[in-house]
Amino acid sequence: MKLSREEVLNKALLARIGLSDEDVEKFREQLSNILENFTILQEVDTSDVPATAQSVDLKNVMRDDVVMPSSSQEEILMNAPRREDDFFRVKAVLEQEG
Amino acid sequence: MEFETIIGLEVHAQLLTKSKMYCPCSADYASASPNTHVCPICLGMPGVLPSINRQAVAFTIMSALALNCTIPSFTKFDRKNYPYPDLMKGYQISQYDFPIGINGFLSVETGGENKRIGITRVHLEEDVAKLSHRHNSLGESYSVVDVNRAGVPLMEIVSEPDIRSPEQARQYLMKLRTLLQYLGVSTGNMEEGSFRCDANISIRPRGSLEYQAKVEVKNMNSFKAVHRALTFEEERQRRAVESDERIIQETRGWVEEKGVTVSQRSKESAHDYRYFPEPDLPPLVVSGSWVDEVRSKLPELPEQRCDRFMRDYELSAYDAGLLTGSKAMADYFEACLNGGGVTRNASDKPKKAKTLGNWLLGEFTRLLNATNNEITGAKVSPAALNKLLELIEEGKINLTAGKAVFEEMFNTGKPAAEIVEERGLVQVSDRGDLERVIKEVIAKNSKAVDDFRAGKEQASGFLVGQVMRATRGRANAKIVQELLHAILSE
Amino acid sequence: MDLHQLTIHQARDLLRKKEISSVELTKAVLARIESVENRVKAVVTLSAERALEDAGKADKALASGENGYLRGIPCLIKDNMCTRGLRTTCSSKMLENFIPPYNATVVEKLEARGMVLLGKTNMDEFAMGSSTENSAFFPTHNPWDIERVPGGSSGGSAAAVAADEAIYTLGSDTGGSIRQPAGFCNVVGLKPTYGRVSRFGLVAFASSLDQIGPLTKDVRDCALVLNAIAGYDPRDSTSVDCPVPDYTQALVPDLKGLRLGVPKEYFVEGMQTEIRDSIHAAIKKLEELGAEIDWDVSLPSTRFALSVYYIIAPSEASANLARYDGVKYGFSYENASSIWDALEKTRQFGFGPEVKRRIMLGTYALSAGYYDAYYLKAQKVRTLIRREFDEAFKKYDALITPTSPTVPFKIGEKADDPMQMYLSDVCTLPVNIAGIPGLSVPAGLPGGLPAGMQILGKHFSEETLLRIGYAYEQATEWHRQKPPLN
Repeated sequence: MKLSREEVLNKALLARIGLSDEDVEKFREQLSNILENFTILQEVDTSDVPATAQSVDLKNVMRDDVVMPSSSQEEILMNAPRREDDFFRVKAVLEQEG
Repeated sequence: MEFETIIGLEVHAQLLTKSKMYCPCSADYASASPNTHVCPICLGMPGVLPSINRQAVAFTIMSALALNCTIPSFTKFDRKNYPYPDLMKGYQISQYDFPIGINGFLSVETGGENKRIGITRVHLEEDVAKLSHRHNSLGESYSVVDVNRAGVPLMEIVSEPDIRSPEQARQYLMKLRTLLQYLGVSTGNMEEGSFRCDANISIRPRGSLEYQAKVEVKNMNSFKAVHRALTFEEERQRRAVESDERIIQETRGWVEEKGVTVSQRSKESAHDYRYFPEPDLPPLVVSGSWVDEVRSKLPELPEQRCDRFMRDYELSAYDAGLLTGSKAMADYFEACLNGGGVTRNASDKPKKAKTLGNWLLGEFTRLLNATNNEITGAKVSPAALNKLLELIEEGKINLTAGKAVFEEMFNTGKPAAEIVEERGLVQVSDRGDLERVIKEVIAKNSKAVDDFRAGKEQASGFLVGQVMRATRGRANAKIVQELLHAILSE
Repeated sequence: MDLHQLTIHQARDLLRKKEISSVELTKAVLARIESVENRVKAVVTLSAERALEDAGKADKALASGENGYLRGIPCLIKDNMCTRGLRTTCSSKMLENFIPPYNATVVEKLEARGMVLLGKTNMDEFAMGSSTENSAFFPTHNPWDIERVPGGSSGGSAAAVAADEAIYTLGSDTGGSIRQPAGFCNVVGLKPTYGRVSRFGLVAFASSLDQIGPLTKDVRDCALVLNAIAGYDPRDSTSVDCPVPDYTQALVPDLKGLRLGVPKEYFVEGMQTEIRDSIHAAIKKLEELGAEIDWDVSLPSTRFALSVYYIIAPSEASANLARYDGVKYGFSYENASSIWDALEKTRQFGFGPEVKRRIMLGTYALSAGYYDAYYLKAQKVRTLIRREFDEAFKKYDALITPTSPTVPFKIGEKADDPMQMYLSDVCTLPVNIAGIPGLSVPAGLPGGLPAGMQILGKHFSEETLLRIGYAYEQATEWHRQKPPLN
């Protein structure tokens, strides 16, 4: 079954990726095709199988609460596409929007 | 129709660790220049990886224990995905299905009624960068980003929807804040944003057990704001229901200046956080021995301290409750009490405790409130206050003068003895001197003397007052009383 | 022999004997780059000046008696590992001008050993691809046939070693991105056990699968580079704190006492017969060297690996790539109407089609209503795949498979069909899913095009893999063959 236009647009909104109309159609086609291949997984009985999120079984990896020097302000800001004073500058973010 | 209000609170408290949650930058950013407490990790640069601050985990376990939570043996971190310009990685490393603490409670008292507010969960996450809005001379409107705050450890405490009134919400928050301050895990400063609160509120006909559409209220920056916002929202929802409008499940922001909540719906918003286990951080197995270790380090909590104050210092429940309601106040109280001075042996403690309690809850609190100050910032140290109380106790100055001296100490930080000296407030206790003054007063106030002799008690007060006036308040009132009676009964 | 053709251990010996200097060696390799790079296109950023400086320093250190097997030896690093002060692009327009203020741990480690850094190699954008055609800058060509792909995503690193544009390179491997191009270019490529090499400073594609490893001209070099980059790193909480052996100690030229399994699921339908024949011949050679071979091993969950991989990797990637928002670094769309428009257009024009496709796929697999059927299901099947390997490694010291079902394909051949492209990784994907190590060594040149043999072992069995690869290499001549570039 082919993904709906709305579905593609919704995922693009979540991922914050702008799409042209052409992109939307192409993604409907390609993503549907790829997802179709994934249905093979439904054959597998995983009722008693735990999920694996990490392939090496580590636990309790923590660091001590010790302060180390931060980077210089210049190093932090040097790649900024837009700066103002010692800040990154962005388009207006209305309070609590989003 | 009568309505019942249902409130649940989500509190975010910044933890007082030295370094950030997932990187070793200093978490103490309050007075730092913009973007100076930042490294590639908290900036979310390509290639960086997080690492877990053990102290933040310990603080969270400690807080959860103090909130009577269960500490499950397994906990892990998850990515919460929501692209936003203040979120450096585009996701927040938080905890989803296995938080550090679950199923606790906090008891609060409102209107004489004690109620347990359930704690759903206590978990760890990270703070975001600070956005500020600007305008320039070209009329452009834009925002600037300071990343210092990004990555500071945040502990989230989620309550059950057990709260039934805005006042109860306020009590819960104050109690929670005091608890975190006692634990030493957070400053609890709401105005500075290190202790933040969002609320979920709905109303339903009293007696109904169903939950109605709830509204999330954000942007409340003080205890007072929480109270006002929830009171407003309670009323707004009641009116809406009464006029047959449907309550929409939404997020509303409190606008302090206007005293209203406004809808924050936006067509841009899409909420699907797509939580999944953080692949960069192995899970934590919280052993019983770790929990025991943290438990053994739990400091005395407000209720325990209140009980101890009543037991050891023989304070009333009311005074002990007030004194321990703020950790700073209770600390100050005990610093004075144990700071030598007139308390020369243990048996004197209850007596001094009573006096001290009166000073702290009376003059001291009055002046703090009047000047909008916290006791931690007061210019009068416990040792300095002790010196003042000593002067009074030893009869060097009387109580009236003591209050005047305290006010000046409070304002200037000068030692009591210096003020007494400068203002010539040393109490006159010399019987010869006082007899002379009394005789002058008697000579000038024959009417009052007659009244006194006729048995009018007010006359006695008047005559003592005249003596005080003549000595500019320095006379030892007790001796004056004694002498006056003796002379007039001759 | 020309200097640029030297292996690490050959160059090291000459440097020690003072027969050559690092500056001479570096100049020779730079000259080689100059002469073949217009055909191979393996390098995104060349740092010749820095390399000569590094070489000068290395010569001084060598003269003062400092040693170390990598000192003064020129290398290239895949352009997804951060190099302080040197542009790190991930072959993406998004990071075209990104200058990292810090070094990846592997870069630090190599610097400490006197690395001479020639520059950064081309790759599929953000390591997403199997042909290096997804570079936002240019495709890399296979030195064995410049009309064919070098594989990917570490195609630049593999082609550079094959073309002698570096003595060794580093690559990264999320689903085969070191091994498949190593196989396609007739070089040695190792994906170490997950956690063996620190990922700090490796620009993340799929965090639970990514691993850095060497691409080299022979197995001894592979062991030498692994010696240098392996080890626990407190900055990578998923790196494992266990001792790093001297991997060269494992290099013995026989396989007596080793039990090897050949899983039939890796000889898939649609596999090219020349690959099958080459690998069968190679396995017979392993038998001659003393190994005991079981030709009838089955790992039935292998057929689910492709789906598991293409759910897990894009899901993790969808979060990992959320940071590219045009605010802190990288490409930023200029004429946006609002903050949201800026964010969406930055990502629309900053990312190439395959990156966007995978972000969309991952967003879908994690989203409400699909999480259980896709992401969670994949995590569970991942457990099964791992268990099957664990079981197999109770019986066998290693498993032998082809690295890829085909020889290198033509540039453009699979570019329009993502699913066909994904299939070229079927033999390598299961390894990352299980977190085990995998080594690809040259095992034939049917029709003049390389065929790679893949050797798999249990977690932290790199010594066994290197021993097998070394013994095979000593008994064959494939790794000595040079592509017809001159």
